[in-house]
Amino acid sequence: MSQGPRNIGIGSLIHYRFPLPAIVSILHRISGILLFIFIPFLLFILSRSLHSQQGFMQLKACLNSVWGKSVCWIFLAAFIYHFIAGIKHLLLDIGLFETQRSARVASIIVLCVAVILIVLTGVWLIW
Amino acid sequence: MVTNSTSLTHNGIKDWLIQRVSAVILAAYIVLLLCLMVAHPNIDYATWSALFQPLWMKCFTLLAMLSLIAHAWVGVWTVLTDYLHCAYARAVLMIVFILAFLFYLAWIIEILWG
Repeated sequence: MSQGPRNIGIGSLIHYRFPLPAIVSILHRISGILLFIFIPFLLFILSRSLHSQQGFMQLKACLNSVWGKSVCWIFLAAFIYHFIAGIKHLLLDIGLFETQRSARVASIIVLCVAVILIVLTGVWLIW
Repeated sequence: MVTNSTSLTHNGIKDWLIQRVSAVILAAYIVLLLCLMVAHPNIDYATWSALFQPLWMKCFTLLAMLSLIAHAWVGVWTVLTDYLHCAYARAVLMIVFILAFLFYLAWIIEILWG
C-alpha cells in the first residue's frame, strides 16, 4: 500500500498547515545556519579587538554605526532564538514535552521568551 | 553497510552526545562573556585585552571554539544530509566546511597565542 517517500516539491509547502513545534524547529535550524555563517566574522571581530588599540577603536565605531547595530541585532536575534529553542531541544532529549499538548505549550513559551529577549536586545542596541 | 565519512564521529549516538555536551560548554562560555560585559560597560581596549591574558581564559576560549566546531560540524552535517541528496556534492561541500573549521581552529590559536 505504501509507495515510500514522494518528492512533492518545495512549493507545495505553503498548502500545509504546520504545527507550532514544527515552526519552532525549522526556525532553530535556520538560526543555526545563520550563526554558522557568522563564525568567521566573529573571529575577525575578536582578532581585531584584541590585536591593537587602533583596531579596537575602529571596531567600536563600526559596531556603533546604524549598519553595525543592525547586523549585531540580526546576529544576536539568531543567537537568542537558537539558544532558547536549544534549551527546549535539551529538555526534549530528557523526555519532556512529548505529548501533543505539552509540545505546543513549550513551543509557545519558546517563541514568547525569544521574542521578548530579541525586542529587549533591540531596545538596548538603540539605546 | 553504509559508513558516513564526513560526519564527526561516524556514530549517530556519539555525534548526538557531542552536540549536546558542546552546547552546554558553549552556554557556559557565553554566560561568562555576558557577565564580563555587564561588569564592564563601555569597556576600553586595555581592560578588554587584559581579560584574555590569563591562561584559564585562553584555555576556556579555546575549549569554547573546539565545542563550537564540534557543534557546528554535527549541525551542518545534519542539514546537508537532509537537503542535499547527491552524495558527491554533499561530500565536497562537507569537506569545504571541514577545511573552514580547521582554518577557524588555527585562527583562534593565533588570536589567543599569536
